[in-house]
This record gives sequence, structure tokens and C-alpha cells, in this order.
Amino acid sequence: MLTREEVIKIAELARISLTEAEVEKFQKELSAVLDYVEELKQVNVDGLEEVSQVTGLVNVQREDKIVITENRDAILAQAPELKDGFYKVKAIL
Amino acid sequence: MNFEFLEIAELRQLLDDKKVSSVELTKYFLQRIKKSDLNAFITVTEDEALKEAAKADEFIASPGENPLLCGIPYAAKDLFCVKGTRTTAGSKILDNYVAPFDATSISKVKDQYGVLLGKTNLDQFAHGSSGETSAYGPSHNPWDVERMPGGSSSGSASAVAAGLSPWATATETGGSIRIPASFTGICGWKPTYGRVSRYGVIAMGSSLDSIGAMAYSVKDLAILAGVLAGRDEKDSTTGHQDVPAYLKNLNTDVKGLKIGVPKQYFIDGMEAGVKEKVTSAVEELKKQGAEIVEVDLPNTKYGSLVYAIVCPSEVSSNLARYDGIRYGHVTKEAKNLLEVYQKSRAEGFGNEAKRRILTGTYVLSAGYYDAYYKKAQKVRQLIVNEFAEVFKSVEVLACPCAPSVAPKLGKAAEDPLFGYITDQLNIPGSLAGLPALSIPCGFAKSEDGGEAQLPVGLQIIGPQFGEQKIFNVGHAYQQATDWHKKHPVI
Repeated sequence: MLTREEVIKIAELARISLTEAEVEKFQKELSAVLDYVEELKQVNVDGLEEVSQVTGLVNVQREDKIVITENRDAILAQAPELKDGFYKVKAIL
Repeated sequence: MNFEFLEIAELRQLLDDKKVSSVELTKYFLQRIKKSDLNAFITVTEDEALKEAAKADEFIASPGENPLLCGIPYAAKDLFCVKGTRTTAGSKILDNYVAPFDATSISKVKDQYGVLLGKTNLDQFAHGSSGETSAYGPSHNPWDVERMPGGSSSGSASAVAAGLSPWATATETGGSIRIPASFTGICGWKPTYGRVSRYGVIAMGSSLDSIGAMAYSVKDLAILAGVLAGRDEKDSTTGHQDVPAYLKNLNTDVKGLKIGVPKQYFIDGMEAGVKEKVTSAVEELKKQGAEIVEVDLPNTKYGSLVYAIVCPSEVSSNLARYDGIRYGHVTKEAKNLLEVYQKSRAEGFGNEAKRRILTGTYVLSAGYYDAYYKKAQKVRQLIVNEFAEVFKSVEVLACPCAPSVAPKLGKAAEDPLFGYITDQLNIPGSLAGLPALSIPCGFAKSEDGGEAQLPVGLQIIGPQFGEQKIFNVGHAYQQATDWHKKHPVI
């Protein structure tokens, strides 16, 4: 089973604060998922590349041209806090 | 006159013949939604719908041919951004989010003067196979309200199955269209990966997410595919292949067509009723002249295991954007920036989203990446290759869509593996980017008790961009049978 410390560390990386009860619950649930996938370790994959794109497309780019979007205000209006047309965030420290 | 359960083509005829107006149709369905207690919708867009319907009526009154979807009401899974409309993804973190733009698929329907009735319920961020993980409560299955409609496109399936909307948009990452279509007895199309643009649809697993639809017949799905499919500059993973005239090319000639039946899809523990109905459906196709061949897909069993790694990995990456700064829920308790992230996300995400983010973060973290993620993506290649090999000798595959009929609500809540097991017959195809249908093929009682006769789904899987083939086989089946015309008594 995953340790308490492992779950706390992952939650830190994922930027989610967990309650004590959640740490305990995810220790169990994550372990259940990891046990479930254990069998994959036995599969022989010699000579196989990992899949990243299934339909065979490579480096699709669109034309390098400026497109004006008209919905700047609607986008900004979604922010919890704005100041002078900028996103307002708390101090880092 | 009753309009529920009419197919798109039938509604088209009524509108074109001026037997009904779009405003009348829209009011009719809005009324049905109001009376329903299936919790199929998160947001009903009544005012906008009536405006769109009036515009459609104006267009119909003007000379010239009407687009296929003109004036026909529909519902969109609440994962699709609709400009000026609340779009929650079934989560609290986006409870107050109003999309500033339209998803490409929504624009395409708008261009045809389709009428949006509202946004349907779903598993939170489409994470689930039951509809139970929605922050807005589960949707119910109209065939037995104590049962789940399946997920994650739970509300879309409930709505179409109960005659609240003639069709609905849906999305699938690993079973989220096929499972609910199967559990509610309607038709679901999971497209080839990249056949329909993902732009403006809230992301879950970007190497898997596919945008599709649910309706009453394969013919309707062919109509919808013709509208939705195609390359989009805004989604670089959309395929460059031309979009065939699916509707025009629809035929019922399966004589001599080789249909593979993968023996691994009749798994241990599958409900006997499901097996029996699917077997008779295959028999029906044989009767129509198809050549049925048993095929071997031995790596099927690894599908859900690969998915259990790949999906959460992509989820952890895609859901990193919910930071409480640009949109969505923000905590009131933070002292500094780090706490804004940590607490906004803790408060806004439900249990399932948290578990997937944490699982993904773990398997992608230093020291585990090779053992889990890289390994899973290699086994995925094995599955891709295996399908490619099989499609050298058969045109399509026919098999069960789910191991059971709709389970009771509550079953998914406490089992972190529920989805991986429910979706095990859909996930391998998703990992390989294959198109598939689920279509109704009969009814069976659940083995978990209860007397209700519940729908069984036949799954038809095709090669990449082989939509026409699966539509034709599905259409042939539906011309000879009427399971898709059975509807629940509401």
C-alpha cells in the first residue's frame, strides 16, 4: 500500500490539499488501482515503440497568421479577480 | 400529435411540410423536460432555445432547401462550450463558468439552425461510467429509475431515451458514449479519434477523447456524422481525410460482408441475457448474408489496465489548468498563491477527479514514469497492432457493448475499479482510435435482481475512419429489426 507520505507528496505535486481522511482513503484507492495494473508488468513489449498518436499525424501546424478574437472581455469576465484588465493573484510568498 | 421518439429525418419532413413549426417543437420538448424527473439536464436554455427556434422558422419560411438539422431541437452534454451559456462539466469547480466561445461541433449545428434545449448531466469531467460522479446528482435510467443510465454521457442518454430531446451530443474517452447508449436502449456513435473536432469540448484524455452523438437510429447518426465530422484548424489532431456522404452512401447490403466476432469479448461473468441477445443479433446479420468469422484479440484483457494508467495521466495534465485564477471556483481561504491553487482545487474537484489526478501524477512522477506510463503506451501499441491485423481479414467487428444491462444506482460509488470493468469491451477500441456504434438488440433482466426488462447493446467496431462500414452494418440490422423503436413508458 502507498504510504501516507507518498500520498501527501503526490497531492503537493498536483496542488490539491487533502484532509487526513482523504489521505487515508487515497492510500487505499490508489493502491487498488496500482494493484489492478500490476499484470501489465508481465507483458512482453520488446521492439515496440510507445504510442503517442494513433492516427499517424505528425507535427500539424496552422498558418502563422494573426487572428483577432473579439471575446477578450468575455474571457476576462470569467476571472474571480481582475485589476486594470489584468488577472489579480495573491503574493507568491 | 406526439413528437417524442421521432427520428431526425421524420422531424425534418414535418418541418419542411409546415406540419409543425420549430417553436412548437421546441416548446413541446421544453415541456417534456420540465415534467421529467430523471435529472438529465444541468441547465435548460429555454429563452435562447425559443429565440433559436424562431430564427429557424424564419429560415424555413424563406425559399430554398433547409439544412438537415434546421429547427430540430437537441441537447448538448455539459462538456461542450456554448457561447454565453453556463458550462459546468458536471463539476463544482466550473459551477459559475460561462463559455466565451462555441465548440466547433456546436458551431456546426448552429450553422444548420439546430435548436439547443439545454446542457445535459454527466459524470464530473466525464470521469465515470455511471453518471454518479456528477456534482449535480446522478441521472436516472428511464427504463428503471432506480438504475443508472450509464456514463459519462448520462444525461444525454437519459434525455434521448426518455424522449426529452430528439438527439444529443456526447463524448467518449473509453466507453462514455457506448455504455450509456447500451444501458438506455438508444444508438450511440463513438467516432474515429480525430474524425470530429475536440475544440471547445472540455478535455479529459486528449489522446482518446472523441466527440460523437446519440439518437434513435443509425440513419440519424449518419446524418449527424455528416454534419459534425471534418478537419478543424483549431484541433490539430483532426484527420485530413475527406468526409464521405455517410447518409447518401447508407445501404443495407451485407451479403458476403465479413464480420468478425472476437471471442474475448464474451467474457466470464457476462450476463447470460446479454450474451444471448448479442448472439441472436449476430445470427440476424448472418441471415442477411454476412459471413460471420470468429476472430482472436488476445490482448483485449490488457485494455482496461493500459487505460487505468494512460487516462489518469492525461487527466492530471488536462486538469492542471483549473487553478482558481482565470476562471472557475476560487477559494476564500488562501493566504498565498500556493494555497489558492491547493484549496481551490480541493474545494472544486470531486472525489473521482481527485483520484484520477493523483493516480496520474503518481504514474508520471520521476522513478515511476518508465514502469507505468511508458510501459502502458507500449502495450497500447500491441493493442493497436492487433486490431490492424484483424481488420485485414474482416470489415467490422460485432460483439457485446457491455458485460451487463444497466446496474442499480449506487454501484459505482464505492468501487474505484467500476469503470474499468464496465468499459472493458469499449476501451481497447478507444485506445486504438477506432469508430464504433452501440445499437439496441433486445432486452434482458438484470442478474442483480428486479423484474424490469432492460436494453442490451450490440457493439459494432470498424477500422479507423471506417464510419461508413459500421453505419451500413448497423442500418442493415435496423432495417430488419425494430429494437431501436422500443421506448420506455414515461
